[in-house]
Amino acid sequence: MSSAIRVEDLRVVRGGVPVLPGLSCEVAAGSVTGLLGPSGSGKSTLMRALVGVQKIAGGSIDVLGNAAGSASLRTRIGYMTQAPSVYGDLTVRENLMFFGRIVGVPDATNERVLAQVALGEHRDRLVSSLSGGERARVSLAAALLGSPELLILDEPTVGLDPVLRRDLWELFHRIAAEGATLLVSSHVMDEADRCDALLLLRAGRLLAHGTPRELRSRTGEDQLDAAFLRLVEGDP
Amino acid sequence: MSLRLTFAVALRVLRQLRHDRRTLALILVVPCALELILQQLFGRDSPVFQQVGTPLLGLFPFVTMFLVTSVTMLRERTSGTLERLMTMPLHKVDLLAGYAIAFGLLAIVQATLVSALAFGLLGLEVSGPEALVVALAVANAVLGSTLGLFVSAFAQTEFQAVQFMPAIVFPQILLCGLFVAREDMATWLRVLSAFFPLTYAYDALARTADDELDARFALDVAVVMSCILLAVALGAATLRRRTD
Repeated sequence: MSSAIRVEDLRVVRGGVPVLPGLSCEVAAGSVTGLLGPSGSGKSTLMRALVGVQKIAGGSIDVLGNAAGSASLRTRIGYMTQAPSVYGDLTVRENLMFFGRIVGVPDATNERVLAQVALGEHRDRLVSSLSGGERARVSLAAALLGSPELLILDEPTVGLDPVLRRDLWELFHRIAAEGATLLVSSHVMDEADRCDALLLLRAGRLLAHGTPRELRSRTGEDQLDAAFLRLVEGDP
Repeated sequence: MSLRLTFAVALRVLRQLRHDRRTLALILVVPCALELILQQLFGRDSPVFQQVGTPLLGLFPFVTMFLVTSVTMLRERTSGTLERLMTMPLHKVDLLAGYAIAFGLLAIVQATLVSALAFGLLGLEVSGPEALVVALAVANAVLGSTLGLFVSAFAQTEFQAVQFMPAIVFPQILLCGLFVAREDMATWLRVLSAFFPLTYAYDALARTADDELDARFALDVAVVMSCILLAVALGAATLRRRTD
């Protein structure tokens, strides 16, 4: 399988501290890849570097055959930041209308993405009046607008109830089945099982890369939480 | 630069303002109230009201739009929406021009309203065309807006952004010639004021009031326009796609 993302020796320094001291990894095209690790492990920094908004100190990042941050990628990538990056003083629909026009999709697309994130009935509410989880879904909907080939989603399921989380993971797999690639970060290990492949990050270093099954057999642990601990302690 | 994207940004900014009725009301009502106070304070026929009324009318939009834009842009920077936009097919100039258009339109409403009041009811008189006062007020609003966009890059919080008003706007108002004619200022103040865009904005308004639409007036307008373009360029330079 070809790679949608190829990172080689990526180094990022923030405030004099190396956040990513030299990271190499790949994300297979058409996969739902989970980027897992505790908070502060560099997940968001890696994602920001992939979409081209993070200053990097070295290394190379290839995204869909282009250098990360290339202008040609801006219509091909959907990015959801960790904090919901939508306008609180606009309604849900007005937000989507704005981002949709920037991406260049017809206004009719809004209804499709609203249905995908199950926010149809809130379309005319101000985003500031929504709950945190609902706001995150508006932010996710905005990332889905242009039907991008690559979705970079920074903790899209945080604070959601289990039903919604399951529905969103099903949505991610449907989108992948249509040919897109998804990189989804989470600090909750129980989401790892929903991914085709995992990148485990800790303190800016890649701890492990593989399918959930491979990680289990490598560590001899049933629970991915325990497998993660094994890897951290360098047992296997 | 794309007109489609620029208008999308302008429309969005106006929609945000429409949901914030209180800010909108303050922007429109406060200048009218201040102009009324000024007239009542000095009296309809006093030379002070006649002399200060017009420049003030033209400078209100500068002050309000400076504040509103710097806070709106700061929110854009801190909420992550700017980061999202930087990953999208939007040029920085589209964003800045969209802001300038939105606040310019708002300034047209604001300046028209306060002009109608001042010229229609309060008895303010200008020798030059009244419509030119409105046009200058709008130009000043766009200047304030673009300057606000630029300084928002240097604020981390809304408190700081608001403090730029006394730091950047007040010195310009003090030295523009409204309180003391520039010829009568200490040399260093006069030299300093020559570097402030508001000095030229004030001079253009004063000359319109006296119907002195001469070469100096043309220079004033040219300087204000150049400052708008310079502020947009500086603003674009502070909008970085890649940040720490």
